[in-house]
Amino acid sequence: MSNLVSVRDLRVSFRLGKRRVVEAVRGIGFEVPENATVALVGESGSGKSVSAMSIVRLLPDNAIVDAASRIEFGGADLLTAPVETLRRIRGKDITVVFQEPMSSLNPVFTVGFQIGEVLRLHLGLSPKQASDRVVELLTEVGIPEPKARVDAYPHELSGGQQQRVMIAMAIACEPKLLIADEPTTALDVTVQRQILELIAKLQDKHRMSVLFISHDLGVVGEIADHVVVMREGKVRESGPVASIFADPRDTYTKALLACRPRLDVKPKRLPVIDDFMAGGAGQPIAVAETRVARPQEARPLIEAKGLSKIYRLKTGLFARKSIPAVQEASFSLWRGRTLGVVGESGSGKTTIGMLLMRLVEATTGEVTFDGADLLKLSDAQMMAYRRRIQIIFQNPYASLNPRFTVGQILTEPMKIHRIGASDDERFDRAAQLARRVGLPADCIQKYPHEFSGGQRQRIAIARCLSMQPEVLICDESVSALDVSVQATVLNLLLDLQEEFSMSYLFISHDLAVVKYMADDMLVMHDGAIVERGSAEAIYDAPQHEYTKRLLRSIPTGYRPANP
Amino acid sequence: MAAVAHPVSAEEAPRSQGVWGAAWTRLKTDRVGVVSLAVVAAFLLLILLSAVGLVAGGWQLEKGVPYAHPSFLGERENVEAQATDLAGPKGPPVDISDIDPLAPKYDEWNRRAREIQVSSPPRTETLLFGGDRWGRDVLAKAVKGAQMSIFVGVFAAVVATFIGTLLGAVGGYVGGRVGDFLEWLYNVFTSVPDILLIFAFAAVFGRGISTVVLILGLVGWTGMYRQVRAEYIKHHSREYVRAAQAIGASHLSRMFVHILPNISHVVLVRMSLLVVGFIKAEVILSFLGLGVPIELVSWGTMLAEAQTELVIGKWWQLAAATLFMAVFLTAFSLLTDALRDALDPKLR
Repeated sequence: MSNLVSVRDLRVSFRLGKRRVVEAVRGIGFEVPENATVALVGESGSGKSVSAMSIVRLLPDNAIVDAASRIEFGGADLLTAPVETLRRIRGKDITVVFQEPMSSLNPVFTVGFQIGEVLRLHLGLSPKQASDRVVELLTEVGIPEPKARVDAYPHELSGGQQQRVMIAMAIACEPKLLIADEPTTALDVTVQRQILELIAKLQDKHRMSVLFISHDLGVVGEIADHVVVMREGKVRESGPVASIFADPRDTYTKALLACRPRLDVKPKRLPVIDDFMAGGAGQPIAVAETRVARPQEARPLIEAKGLSKIYRLKTGLFARKSIPAVQEASFSLWRGRTLGVVGESGSGKTTIGMLLMRLVEATTGEVTFDGADLLKLSDAQMMAYRRRIQIIFQNPYASLNPRFTVGQILTEPMKIHRIGASDDERFDRAAQLARRVGLPADCIQKYPHEFSGGQRQRIAIARCLSMQPEVLICDESVSALDVSVQATVLNLLLDLQEEFSMSYLFISHDLAVVKYMADDMLVMHDGAIVERGSAEAIYDAPQHEYTKRLLRSIPTGYRPANP
Repeated sequence: MAAVAHPVSAEEAPRSQGVWGAAWTRLKTDRVGVVSLAVVAAFLLLILLSAVGLVAGGWQLEKGVPYAHPSFLGERENVEAQATDLAGPKGPPVDISDIDPLAPKYDEWNRRAREIQVSSPPRTETLLFGGDRWGRDVLAKAVKGAQMSIFVGVFAAVVATFIGTLLGAVGGYVGGRVGDFLEWLYNVFTSVPDILLIFAFAAVFGRGISTVVLILGLVGWTGMYRQVRAEYIKHHSREYVRAAQAIGASHLSRMFVHILPNISHVVLVRMSLLVVGFIKAEVILSFLGLGVPIELVSWGTMLAEAQTELVIGKWWQLAAATLFMAVFLTAFSLLTDALRDALDPKLR
């Protein structure tokens, strides 16, 4: 088996400003053999995408590739090849599927036209031949009614179908190498499963190589033959998938494998990267102790009954269409316990959180909290309850006001709710809170953009804590974070729950994370709760068809072939 | 990653760049931006000095002969100035003292007139950049005119920005019926041609500097309104505003404490564009005689005067006003461009 592409001593840096140069890739090397899937795994900033894009030279203008770097493909060095050669190769021999199908398709052309463009350009097919071939390709990637879909515009397709179109475009010229840059990250679990299966099937059928870039070891373990683990621009470890998963050598790889919540055990704390890196020897810290949920009290803290939110759209002069976001949802939240809500995009799980906070007004239903119906309170009455229910949003980059310092962010809620006698006292409290959530001591004077994603999420948590809430709604709060950072934030949330006996409404699409965090669980589908119960019961013996499908879709990681 | 954060943060602790600090750092790297900033600053210094009277205080003094030539054209013959000198009657005087009843008194009057000291300052033949019809220094006029024009431009822009931002914020944030009403108001204002609207306001309010400021402000808020409204609609559903709502921040606080600083760069850039536009508008208004009062000077009144002068070949007043205006407006526009680049918040 010979190598299709070999990357040698690749160094890429980016010029930022006049004198600042940041090294993104620091001398890496790996091979992509023919007819095999190689996965580049790493967290954000590891340089995995930059490395892959260097192969087709699709780097931003400010990128500088070191002169000694070489990327060999078909006997030529792609880094020094003339642009014309590269143009012939791109889209024909080497093709790329990007992360966001919604933004990588041109919205003003039909999908048929866009796939046909590749064929006309590289294979010189006539429009008629091209359109016949497009139908074949759409059939191959599993788009229903391909004849009709040829003339569809990208917005008429679902996210999964759009990604299928991207894949059809990529395989149109029978490429030798398909680069897939996080192709399933933006998709739901069940769709992710289908796309992964499709890529594996096509790889096998066309005997091409796939360079699969992902942050998710679970996905990688299923699809890859070889794995390259990257961190901070360097290769930490590379080898066949079996050895990486069964017998990792590198501490970082071990840590990465360990800090992802698992479905089978529920330790008190998740292992974090720092445990491994500090330990040096790579000894897994003892995390065997199983976490026990706090018992249910006599009465639930929050009880929701028949909660519905129906959006009405004008479809004509008098015609109205109702779109139910949440239908007849009833659930209870107990003091000190975590209620997990899982579901795919559009299932209404986020709306549930918004309804409890009254950030969105419910259409019908009642929410009893401490004897009062939250949904019937006036704005003034609601203020007293606002303090007691708080929310942490998904995107830590968007949920903090960029023009406020961390000190202002943390003291603002105290000012509004008249906590603390003076500004000095509030700032003292803010500093204490910042320390409690693990932020550096000098953070108070800084602005949010100076912090990493995980630190920003800690700021958001500290902001909630400043009001001493009893209920915390975590709306996909760790979904935007890297795996290692995710583990530290989850540990922090668990510590805080124990310390302040808060109740969590933990909303996520990530089934493993919910399984780890939740005591009780709701499964939502199309706005309705389809299954409820204790987290263990649902994962062990799912009743509803949808729950079963959802659980089957979870990437399982590497499974050795049956002996 | 967390491991690297600590040494770095300890090192960088003293300088925590706010958004404006970062913008200033970016602006400093832009050569065109820095030069235009220097030019604008020089102009502002100039009008400050002229406002306190240190520069161009005596612009109304008739220092030179009428239409005094610029010094670099000094040799040429100034026909118009001679024409005014020889204004008296020509030819021998006719003696009509026998029929003039006042004749006996002439001698006495002449004697008394000689006793009164008439100090007519010596008029120079040339001025640095020439003189106008009355022999006033064109350069001093241009500086004084700059003070007036820039003052009017900036203040009108402030008025328009205030109206536009306030209405835009309300329209974008509150929406609903209030938003519809404001949209209607906006449509009414934009459906009338600007110049007609200006004439209408000018006819009602009469003449004066404050009128010019008010007119331009009332006419020019629409563009600002639209942009601010769009920004508010965009930011209204952003997570940080939702987060503010979740902690119980009031509507006013969300509108002006949370959202406004985040769109302030848009407002600032738009306001700079308005300043440029309003200076030009003031010039046009004054040229048409609807602008600043006759006893004051602005670039616009200078251009209006230049119209008649140009016919007799006296081009320097036109040149002075145009040069000042062109340099200032170009510098200001380039500065606006640089500001827009510098303030573009790429901070994630």
